[in-house]
Amino acid sequence: MEQLQLKLRQTAQHLLSEGKVDLLIGYRQGSLPLRTTPCFIAQEQEADALVWNSFCTNNLAVYLPALFRPDPRSNKKEPKRVGIVVKGCDCRSVITLLKEGQILRENLVIIGIPCQGVVDEKKVLAELNGREIVKAEEQGEQILVVDEQGEKISLAKGDFLRDSCQVCQHPVPPVYDLLIEGGRAKQVLPDEYGDVEEIESRSIEERWEFFRKQIDKCIRCYACRNACPLCYCPECFAEQSQPRWVGTTDDSSDIMVFHLGRIFHTAGRCVDCGACEAACPMGVELRRFTRKLARDVRELFGYEAGVSLEEPPPLATYRLDDYDQFIR
Amino acid sequence: MSRKKAVSGGDQSPDQQWEPKIIAFLCHWCSYAGADLAGISRIQYPPNVRVIRVPCSSRVNPLHIIKALQHGADGVLVSGCHPGDCHYGSGNYLARRKFALLKRLLEFIGIEPERVQFSWISAAEGEKFASVVREVTEEVRRLGPAWKLVKHLNVTDPPTAIEQKQQISTRG
Repeated sequence: MEQLQLKLRQTAQHLLSEGKVDLLIGYRQGSLPLRTTPCFIAQEQEADALVWNSFCTNNLAVYLPALFRPDPRSNKKEPKRVGIVVKGCDCRSVITLLKEGQILRENLVIIGIPCQGVVDEKKVLAELNGREIVKAEEQGEQILVVDEQGEKISLAKGDFLRDSCQVCQHPVPPVYDLLIEGGRAKQVLPDEYGDVEEIESRSIEERWEFFRKQIDKCIRCYACRNACPLCYCPECFAEQSQPRWVGTTDDSSDIMVFHLGRIFHTAGRCVDCGACEAACPMGVELRRFTRKLARDVRELFGYEAGVSLEEPPPLATYRLDDYDQFIR
Repeated sequence: MSRKKAVSGGDQSPDQQWEPKIIAFLCHWCSYAGADLAGISRIQYPPNVRVIRVPCSSRVNPLHIIKALQHGADGVLVSGCHPGDCHYGSGNYLARRKFALLKRLLEFIGIEPERVQFSWISAAEGEKFASVVREVTEEVRRLGPAWKLVKHLNVTDPPTAIEQKQQISTRG
């Protein structure tokens, strides 16, 4: 990890001093333990602030579309050249954005890092059961946490990975310009949609009950949308007033329409990075629904989001013999 | 129709028998013409269907379907041209992919599969249009009124100007 971090800093310094990028997006130490925070680096002296560890959870691709959106007030014609530090899932988000024409490949330097899986802060906090963490650091396969009493607790990292990391199929970025080598990527487990199938096996009323319970938790803060790299629309359907797709009430029906709309918008695009669920303050299990769509897209159309740059998006293309058993 | 009735979805009084209300999105080039043919051929079909004409089945946004269910439709039918017949070449193929996913997602969250249905009806298939409407109506009737996504607002209609005056005068 230390070595990777050093290599990352050197690479960043090199890119900035050579003028290959104007801006580099990476992670730096957060102000709280177990946290890193996204940072935007424009000077080569600042490259030493970059960190790389298992707390680098954010999907940095979320910042890209705004950087490439033309600013009508700016007289600069050329868009910025941006470097970005990506894990496997972040890279797949970048690929989706490239395919959708939101960002420019020639102005982008993708710095890939083989990912070992990131630590879910909520799981660690739950394990500590209310004790405050004053310090946390990574030591190989262990996370060393120090609580307010000064007690040191060692946790096995593998048990505290994010749910999305545990089923991750692409820990190594599929596309990159520079790969920070030397790290060991997380072992890929067989691809299983057990969580989706478990819901599918329930009766229709139980499924409805599950959905309703999830929606009841939602306070409609839109954090899931803001954390999602795919939600780049300048005006979201949730806030449009002509037509008013979603009522501005706290009625559960309106919250359902918002979530159904958002979930459906990720169809064939979602790379299951887990940013929505991590951002949710109320613990809504959003990935169950996005994964259902991802599973169906793979099953019906044989497509996996964010893996290749060439394959057309599944909902922008068709085959003559597509699944049609549901049509009269 | 008052707002209260519109959002609760029923325009019958409780003692009248409930009738399913089905929103049909019909493509202008095939299914709408099919419905037209059913009409001019004097083919009987249930009056439960409310037709909305759209340029193409792929014009139907999944949110249109979800919103219809939210605002009191008991069932939604989307119908377009047969594969290969689309006026725009590929609209119905794109719609097919979109609706395959939507239908499965709605079933996943617990919406009965009969509530949201899809069909291909050509301009020559007046009889098929009538039979599809008959079947969909019967299936939805068996399910009973939709309630899962329906928005229930616990607000009464705002008082009219006369009522407001009366309230002020009774308060003295």
